[in-house]
Amino acid sequence: MSGRVPSGRALVIVGPYLWLLLFFLAPLAIVLKIAFSEALIAQPPYAPLFARSSDGALTIQLNFHNFLFLVRDDLYFRAYLNSARIALIATLLCVVLGYPVAYGIAHASPAARNVLLMLVILPFWTSFLLRVYAWIGILKNNGLINNLLMAVGIIDQPLVMMQTDFAVYLGIVYSYLPFMILPLYARLQRLDHTLWEAAADLGCRPHKAFLTVILPLSLPGVVAGSMLVFIPAVGEFVIPALLGGPDTLMIGRVLWDEFFANRDWPVASAVAIAVLILLVAPITVLQFTHGREAER
Amino acid sequence: MVTEDSTMNDPRPRLAAGIRPAPDEPAQPYVRAEGVTRKFGEVAAVDDVTLEIYRGEVFCLLGGSGCGKTTLLRILAGLEPATTGRVLIDGEDVTGTPPFRRPVNMMFQSYALFPHLSVRNNVAFGLRQDGLPSRQINRRVASMLELVKLGPFARRKPHQLSGGQRQRVALARALVKQPKLLLLDEPLGALDRQLREEMQFELINIQQTLGITFVVVTHDQEEAMTLSSRIGVMHAGRIVQTGTPTQIYEYPRSRFVAQFVGSVNLFEGRVEERAPDHVLIASEKAGCTLAVEHVAQVAVGAPVAVAVRPEKLVMAHEPPGHEYNHIPAIVDEVAYRGGLSIYKLRIATGHTLHLTQPNRDRATVQRPAAHDAVFVSWHPASGVVLDS
Amino acid sequence: MRTGRSAFVMVAMALCLAFLYLPIVSLVVYSFNASKLVTVWGGFSARWYGELLRDAQILRAAWLSLRIAVVTATAAVVLGTLAGVALARMGRFRGRILFSGMTSAPLVMPEVITGLSLLLLFVALEDLIGWPRGRGVTTITIAHITFSMAYVAVVIQAQLANLDPSLEEAALDLGARPAKVFLVITVPVIAPALVSGWLLSFTLSLDDLIIASFVAGPGSSTLPMVVFSKVRLGVSPEINALATLFVVVVSIGVIAAGALTSRAQRRRSRDAQGAIAPPFG
Repeated sequence: MSGRVPSGRALVIVGPYLWLLLFFLAPLAIVLKIAFSEALIAQPPYAPLFARSSDGALTIQLNFHNFLFLVRDDLYFRAYLNSARIALIATLLCVVLGYPVAYGIAHASPAARNVLLMLVILPFWTSFLLRVYAWIGILKNNGLINNLLMAVGIIDQPLVMMQTDFAVYLGIVYSYLPFMILPLYARLQRLDHTLWEAAADLGCRPHKAFLTVILPLSLPGVVAGSMLVFIPAVGEFVIPALLGGPDTLMIGRVLWDEFFANRDWPVASAVAIAVLILLVAPITVLQFTHGREAER
Repeated sequence: MVTEDSTMNDPRPRLAAGIRPAPDEPAQPYVRAEGVTRKFGEVAAVDDVTLEIYRGEVFCLLGGSGCGKTTLLRILAGLEPATTGRVLIDGEDVTGTPPFRRPVNMMFQSYALFPHLSVRNNVAFGLRQDGLPSRQINRRVASMLELVKLGPFARRKPHQLSGGQRQRVALARALVKQPKLLLLDEPLGALDRQLREEMQFELINIQQTLGITFVVVTHDQEEAMTLSSRIGVMHAGRIVQTGTPTQIYEYPRSRFVAQFVGSVNLFEGRVEERAPDHVLIASEKAGCTLAVEHVAQVAVGAPVAVAVRPEKLVMAHEPPGHEYNHIPAIVDEVAYRGGLSIYKLRIATGHTLHLTQPNRDRATVQRPAAHDAVFVSWHPASGVVLDS
Repeated sequence: MRTGRSAFVMVAMALCLAFLYLPIVSLVVYSFNASKLVTVWGGFSARWYGELLRDAQILRAAWLSLRIAVVTATAAVVLGTLAGVALARMGRFRGRILFSGMTSAPLVMPEVITGLSLLLLFVALEDLIGWPRGRGVTTITIAHITFSMAYVAVVIQAQLANLDPSLEEAALDLGARPAKVFLVITVPVIAPALVSGWLLSFTLSLDDLIIASFVAGPGSSTLPMVVFSKVRLGVSPEINALATLFVVVVSIGVIAAGALTSRAQRRRSRDAQGAIAPPFG
């Protein structure tokens, strides 16, 4: 379709373009503005946009909370590092658990492959919230696991699993494991089986062939999967809120609390900007690997 | 490089007989591309191409991948805008006309059959766009399916057809609108060898039945030779030579054409002497003086190359009687191909010649074998002088 | 060695699938538990389904969520398809880089940020032009359309990238105008992607807790919001029943889709066998 009917082209582009400008880019700009307007306490340049929306009370609150934000910087910073750490460890766990599964699916017969893929994807279509909620019943003190272990007699005191970091890791790995398996599978499935045979033919033992041929070639899949797990895990709210304890600090939860419990919009905005900065690098990596995959 | 303009002074015939509408009428080009250029960024995929195609012709654009032949075809279809230049079809300037208003149809390399429509609806698609009455559409579709022998398959979907059948649906779909010009992009490229040869003749038959002008893009020189009345050889966005298959093969005008179409032995040298009916060329590479007949215009002393096709070389154990064009050689390798054999010969200067010889007799006649010393020669009319 | 690795991979897959399905199975099983103490088995009972169907708050929220999801999915398919077509088929245009970034960014944007930023926008807009008045169904729907359309755009763009562009060119060449080409060629050919895009948007909208929580107003609590407020207080057998209904509906949908595609495949291969004919027969 060459550019012969400019009006048609424009019609196609303008709708989604305007929508995204208004409902995606403009909101981010507002967040940025409010987060910054707060940094300049000395001469409060309230966005006229925002200042007019607030009654006097809100304006006062704004300054007050900015102050508090600086004081509580430590908590916010710990939450920040903690999120990154939890997301990173959960991502590594996903690689370790997801790799053999992706490998197995890629090497299954075509019929079995379709069924397995379906089984991996199926949980996606049921509610994320309800699936996380299900773990409460499994992990809590009088839950499935503890009941089972005590019935068998392995333990006589319930293991405390709920409201721990362990439960948060479990929840994240459980929720995002398919995000790791699918890109890894896509990558592994494209590797020619004759690579194994060529390596064996050239005198490579299977484990060595895996380490020197298959693993390096599957790394783009590992990277893509890791980003797909890491990025949402950093900003995760539901999992720490339902499975984590009060001391499980994650940045998404801090933002939520700033907003809903403390009603502090500027601090929440500043936290949002901080999260975005943390995610710039992984998002760039993801876009890059996607672009490279698309070129193939 | 010899330019297009030299066609004017070329004593050889320019058009094959029978492709003009009436032989005595001066040929009016039916399709004309004037100075057409298509740039992608800084790169010119099609570079200042001027081309004339006559009514009822099968014109082949022949070239390697990336030479711009498909881009040129798409410019004719209106699917690609020309950066500069004009396209005229039947006297009408269609340069700015969008593809859906051009009297041109295209058969795509991938066939581009609509997967959700049956064979009949694929063929009827173009006619429906013109809003023809459905009875007329049905009649024309039925007779077109008859022509391409797909009548019994009308209700099938494309994925239920074999490759050859799909190819014919694509052809029928492009022909049914009776376009002034049918463009075919590698029409037989996706078929296996045997089917391809059958379809070449099928395609010619259909073209002659309907009398529609064809422009065919192909990278396959045999296909181009079989199908076309004229060939335009493309290289790096330009048309380097147009002519009948015989002209292209027997009288290549540049080293590129000589080497691209068929294989060739090339001897670089300098013009030594110019006689009315021939020139003599001293070639260090050949190690002897070469005589070539029918040379249009070369200056004495000019660096040139003499091209001789492998099948024009003659090989003998005894030296030939004539003075020029014979070189002693040693047989290096012989490749037996059944109908013919290909010889690789090493000459005294160290260069290698290629020679093909039909195996007319069974092994009763002794043919040269490896390490034999032979004499290679050729007739002065067999060589062609090219710019060096 | 080879069999050893296979056994390892088999065990890993089995454990992984068990891990993925254990919570779902436990929800289903306990939804039929007569006991109110969720994890103590008190006999089989459908009691909680009855309770669920009498819970006016959940029913209201479910109805609201369904309405929002239908509107969201439909609008997201329209906008997302346009965006996908623009990205896959329109080559270069002014602002393309920004556009392509804006269509893929919502996919990786943490939901808390999307929710917060949209809320700030709606507040600012109401202040500036008086629309949207307050927050509720409209603002939730707009927010859901925004992130859903990004998913649709990605699906459609990928589908179009796999689609031979000469299909559309052939239709143009045969005399169809661009808009008609889109409607009679492109849309039918990418119809499966449109359907899955719709279903994906529908599911995403139905499932969203965080963004809706930010942009909802009083009286516009969606189903996930109600569920969240309930489960925050602990396990509730009623929610188990609700989850089971979800699982049943999704399973039926997926099995039906699977059956349909495999039947279509069987028919296709049968027809393909019938299509083998002499080349010029």
